Amino acid sequence: MGKTIAEKILSKKSGLDAKADDIVVANLDFVMGQDGTSPLAINAFEEMGGRKAFDSQKVAMVIDHSSPSPLEGVSALHHKMRMFADRHQIKFYDIGEGVCHQLIPEQGHVGPGSLVIGADSHTCTYGAINAFATGVGSTDLAAAIISGQLWFKVPPTIKFQLNGQLPPGVFSKDLILYLIGDVTADGATYMAAEYVGEAISALSVEARFTISNMAIEMGAKVGLMEADDKTTKWVREHSTLTFEPVFSDPDAEYAMIKEYDVSRLEPQVAKPHQVDNVAPLSQVAGTEIQQCVIGTCTNGRLEDLRIAAQILEGRKVHPRTRLIVAPASRRVFLDAMQEGIIRTLVEAGAVLVTPGCGPCVGTHNGVPSDGENVMATSNRNFRGRMGNNKAFIYLGSPASVAAAAVAGQISDPREYLRQVK
Amino acid sequence: MRFQGKSHKFGDDVNTDYIISGRYKFKTLDMKELAKHVMEDLDPEFYSKITKGDFIVAGKNFGCGSSREQAPLAIINADISAVIAKSFARIFYRNAINTGLPLLECDTDRINPGDELEVDLEQGVIRNITQGIDIAVTPLPRVMLKILAEGGLVEHFKTNGTFNLD
Repeated sequence: MGKTIAEKILSKKSGLDAKADDIVVANLDFVMGQDGTSPLAINAFEEMGGRKAFDSQKVAMVIDHSSPSPLEGVSALHHKMRMFADRHQIKFYDIGEGVCHQLIPEQGHVGPGSLVIGADSHTCTYGAINAFATGVGSTDLAAAIISGQLWFKVPPTIKFQLNGQLPPGVFSKDLILYLIGDVTADGATYMAAEYVGEAISALSVEARFTISNMAIEMGAKVGLMEADDKTTKWVREHSTLTFEPVFSDPDAEYAMIKEYDVSRLEPQVAKPHQVDNVAPLSQVAGTEIQQCVIGTCTNGRLEDLRIAAQILEGRKVHPRTRLIVAPASRRVFLDAMQEGIIRTLVEAGAVLVTPGCGPCVGTHNGVPSDGENVMATSNRNFRGRMGNNKAFIYLGSPASVAAAAVAGQISDPREYLRQVK
Repeated sequence: MRFQGKSHKFGDDVNTDYIISGRYKFKTLDMKELAKHVMEDLDPEFYSKITKGDFIVAGKNFGCGSSREQAPLAIINADISAVIAKSFARIFYRNAINTGLPLLECDTDRINPGDELEVDLEQGVIRNITQGIDIAVTPLPRVMLKILAEGGLVEHFKTNGTFNLD
């Protein structure tokens, strides 16, 4: 019997012939923490008697969730991270460098076949470049920094066979929202998701990251894709390390295979307060939106800002709404400046905030008021997520959010893309 | 490990933002302080209703969402002795065991709000004293039982210096 990508990577990294449901201790290629999880990990590291990082080049900490610090308490935690990073000479990305899940692949730390853990649930993002990457908590992070290892239960795999091509104005965000709505928030719990098919092949690597990023929203441990020529090219442009792509065997055993034809998909929206509460955008068109957010680890990349700028070019943000934009990284910010995207957005009335998580986690950068509706390109719309439990969050693609910013209400982005000014 | 207390019941898909909101968790490592806000967005009075040893009882996919370990820590520091649910999201599942919070998977439709429960972790049984029934529990994987029995992953590393799970 053949193996899935997940089984192959965990076999290789554990030195065992691992199959689904086996428990293995495996060697890690990269380990990451952010400012919501690293301070607890530093405490655990010290309590465990940790003296040094297993490999300082394979450990990174990123300040992105509350960045720059909005509060004294947060400042103290950031200080703790800076001291730890300095003492152990690990990779450190301070305020303004970007969201961890943009930085770790962009800075070339991970690639095809890598085994990666991050103390952040959206670590599954790197599955788009064929890395087995999964989120853990702070104590697992501490154990990983000390030992370079972690125990894993080898997940069974659910394969998403995605046929056809996405129509114009429909994006990878719409596709992953649709899939989450279909399988629900725990439809892939404890499983690896593999996303394959012509719909994936047609996407850019940036667009693929959006899909893998949200694998956790269906409960999956990882959101894997195979490496193709686009992956290889992208990784070569970002990393000097050598990687070995891993493919699933034709006779690999899957827990489930779900097949879809994406060629008639419409723009999708996740309605409050659950990510799997998904509907076609047309069903909620006309809902007034007071705050729009473009950015985050889901959709803050150059391609995302570019499509938003196409819609906002020569138009204005509606007077009854506001638009907050957080580029995913400093590099994205600079590239977007170079292309004139930032100018277009700011002229339209957008507010630019620090590259990082932006308002997504409710710590800063735009906490909504009671009863307000927010439309965001982020990955979670839980009650209270943006810092106010009396606000309502809708999730959509960068095009859909840009259209809402112009109209002041949820609107079909295809109308705006058709008549680009 | 045996625990006794009453049931506080919640629904499906209780995410870690609900367990402890990002509004609080980024500010401090003082878990006693965070515990005061546990489950606040679902029940603003919840913390004041807890008697030491009580249980959180929920539906499926408890602990989905963010990887914040403040979620199990806030529950532990609110004096909840264990969480009983139909199923758990995987990161929360690991974090709870690593920090020493017992989790029990079973059919929670057989537990009502306020029921008095007795839990025997080794035997894998929940006795619903109020209703006079025993509820079978899906056992934890051996590795997790070992970590839990040692008092969590920090203790495991203190003793072994690395993973020693055989």
